[in-house]
Amino acid sequence: MTAPAPGGENSVPALLARNVAQHGNKAAYREKEFGIWQSWTWAEAAAEIDALAAGFLTLGANVGDHIAIAGRNRPALYWAMVAAQKAGCVPVPLYADAAAEEIAYALEHCGARFVVAGDQEQVDKIADIRDQLHELDHVIYLDGRGLRKYDHTHMTSYADLQKAGRAAGNMAEIEKRTAALGPDDKCVMLYTSGTTGRPKGVVLSNTNVIETSKNSAEFDHLRPGDEVLAYLPMAWVGDFIFSIGQAMWTGFCVNCPESAETMHTDLREIGPTYFFAPPRVFEQQLTNVMIRMEDAGRFKKWLFDKYMAVGRKIGPKILDAEPVSGMERFQYRLADWLVIGPLKNTLGLSRVRVGYTAGEAIGPEIFDFYRALGINLKQLYGQTEATVFITQQPDGEVRSDTVGVPSPGVELKIAENGEVFYRSPGVFVEYYKNAESTASTKDADGWVATGDAGFIEEGTGHLRIIDRAKDVGKMASGALFAPKYVENKLKFYPDILEAVVFGADREYCTAFINIDLTAVGNWAERNNIAYSSYQELSQHPRVLDTIEAHVAEVNKSVAADEMLAGCQVHRFLVLHKELDADDGEMTRTRKVRRRIVEEKFDDLIAALYGGQSEIYTETEVTYEDGRKGKITATLAIRDATVVNAGKVAAE
Amino acid sequence: MKDTVEPYVTDDGRTIGGVLMDMRNITLRFGGVEAIKDISFDIREGEIRAIIGPNGAGKSSMLNVISGFYNPQEGEVWFRGEKRPQMKPYQVARLGIARTFQNIALFEGMTVLDNIMTGRLTHMKSGMFWQALWVGRAEAEEVENRERVERIIDFLEIQAIRKTPVGRLPYGLKKRVELARALAAEPKLLLLDEPMAGMNVEEKEDMSRFILDVNDEFGTTIALIEHDMGVVMDLSDRVVVMDYGRKIGDGTPDEVRGNQEVIDAYLGVSHD
Repeated sequence: MTAPAPGGENSVPALLARNVAQHGNKAAYREKEFGIWQSWTWAEAAAEIDALAAGFLTLGANVGDHIAIAGRNRPALYWAMVAAQKAGCVPVPLYADAAAEEIAYALEHCGARFVVAGDQEQVDKIADIRDQLHELDHVIYLDGRGLRKYDHTHMTSYADLQKAGRAAGNMAEIEKRTAALGPDDKCVMLYTSGTTGRPKGVVLSNTNVIETSKNSAEFDHLRPGDEVLAYLPMAWVGDFIFSIGQAMWTGFCVNCPESAETMHTDLREIGPTYFFAPPRVFEQQLTNVMIRMEDAGRFKKWLFDKYMAVGRKIGPKILDAEPVSGMERFQYRLADWLVIGPLKNTLGLSRVRVGYTAGEAIGPEIFDFYRALGINLKQLYGQTEATVFITQQPDGEVRSDTVGVPSPGVELKIAENGEVFYRSPGVFVEYYKNAESTASTKDADGWVATGDAGFIEEGTGHLRIIDRAKDVGKMASGALFAPKYVENKLKFYPDILEAVVFGADREYCTAFINIDLTAVGNWAERNNIAYSSYQELSQHPRVLDTIEAHVAEVNKSVAADEMLAGCQVHRFLVLHKELDADDGEMTRTRKVRRRIVEEKFDDLIAALYGGQSEIYTETEVTYEDGRKGKITATLAIRDATVVNAGKVAAE
Repeated sequence: MKDTVEPYVTDDGRTIGGVLMDMRNITLRFGGVEAIKDISFDIREGEIRAIIGPNGAGKSSMLNVISGFYNPQEGEVWFRGEKRPQMKPYQVARLGIARTFQNIALFEGMTVLDNIMTGRLTHMKSGMFWQALWVGRAEAEEVENRERVERIIDFLEIQAIRKTPVGRLPYGLKKRVELARALAAEPKLLLLDEPMAGMNVEEKEDMSRFILDVNDEFGTTIALIEHDMGVVMDLSDRVVVMDYGRKIGDGTPDEVRGNQEVIDAYLGVSHD
């Protein structure tokens, strides 16, 4: 464990200087490039950062300027954030896959003078919107491929800027600006994807970031020598805290994959000790394992089933340090040797000491699977405005249905309508240029509304989240309507990728379902079902039968909860396209934008409540390059078996 | 007109140098059939040169003459200011000419990486014996060549399939691997035989971007045959149009587009 900061270490650059002094020649960053893991020590990284910071100064960067960063996870872009801070500027990471107009909005809103862009793709997006951006001065690009012919009057390569910085001899000014960074100064600004309306720029101070990083690193006993894989969007607060905040605080090594597609290979090669993934990554891994086991030989399948059962029984007990008999311990060791160990190795999770998932609810089966493997997978609950951490699960108190106890330094309170409020050292400074939203989110005492409805479980003190507070409503009968609760149950089936449940102020609930192409496609292949497109597969009668059975099972489980029995899905349809961020139906962090889906597919909703058995529809889609197209489909609408609906409604 | 041999700079800032390859009065016969009839044209250093024409016009035969696979009965092939004698394809490869094939010709059972490594063969000097023993120069050579191959893998964005056997790849990716293998030879002149054949719009866009980037980044001279007129007109600096073994047009895309004979050939006016 790292000793507490001996004062004055209240900025990221200050922590960097400490790391250089304490373990300057240990690996700080790695990136796979040209098939080989390249690495940089803390001292080397600091030198790169200094050169870039000096380069920013040669371009005339002033204290307080915003410097936007757009690209995939690469050490050089992480350095750009720290370099911006050293130059007294504020880094603003942007989503690499955002469309040009989304980037335009953020750049315009923060008035960024400089953009550090990963490659030609990002440069092109900025070029498209350049005339709207009056304050944009200079673009710095990392990978110069394809850019040679571009007009370079307002463009420089990263390496050239560093060269200019090294030659400029302005380090004294850099050191002066770095030393002036105080605890209340802006550390970073992050745009929240927002399930409604325009993104908001969340300003986090140095205290927010450093206190939170310190608390959370100590909570999980993170230490130098830990390894993380940085593969989640740099614009997401979690990545900022894991790959910059905690990495700087503890001095562990940040590894960047070669490309987005090689993530799983790189994960296996690095074998991180501290690993974060949204539920969908774990889901996908599990789906892939199950698909491959279906295709495996009979003996292997038998071995897998037998020893996974052992793992499921004993693995979680060992993790929670519950008493385990000698025989059980032996069985688990055998299972580990035969199945679990090799499987973990294939998944790249052999060395994981602390694993987190957050963002969405995770299915109990998925959760149990990883716990059976002996992976210490925990849940946390957080948001950008809290600098990630609100609650998290301590070792030994891990459950799939709660999000844990308040993180160190966090106070919680539940409002009368069930909404969760928190107060912590991580509470954000403000929404940039949006005092109105700041005031409606954060009160004078520093309490912040999460927008989620939940309750604290008696006895354990764990927080349980039910749904987004504004989504929780009443049905026409007056019964409680909590769509997320039902959607999560549906999404736990590997066949179902996404579900959207409707029912506020209605007589009964209905649902849109998105099938998971990997799982359903594989099933179709094994059952000799031919299909030529996602759309065709989604409407195949046997697929609809399967989904109908899933919905019926979910209804049964929903009915078991008296309060929510009204939320059973009476009618559903399977959508002909995947909900997509490019079409605005989801956020970049893949959360469904309910209102937009509702508006866009109002014809389908009308049909669900209109009693038809099928509906013809036309939908506009946006391709990745921004062009639009149209798809048409006739969708079948099915009724699902409902349990005791009459009785509940009659109460 | 760009008929001078003085180097010039294109609108997009690339320098086109002197004549790299000069085809002089080439005639190629198969028995009594004249596949190519007395065709002359040149390929200049740094340019993208396209050969187009309807089916059976003799485009592939022309490419095979350039690559040394066919020897023309009449005419001369000049490469880098020297008359090229009759050569075996491997000798042509050593001259710095690499190609891709219309019907992909990769080693299906080998990985992408190994396939691309075969493209480095002309640059390996140690013999089979030393390579088998993995001593002396063989190891150093392997490391150096692997590094170059890795740069090409990075350039063509195929890192994720580096260790995948080629047989498992979809068509579009195979085409890209073939381009990678040709690039691995570090050719002076790269011949592409219908690089876009059988591709969808998105794959064509990707491939076009790679061809332009190769030309721009490595300064490789490229000669390509293509059916897709749109692609050709966007990509190339100069175009040769063939029909029934004859050259019916030669010039910039705009010049060729306005050529009446070319329009007739493509719209199908009767030939007599």
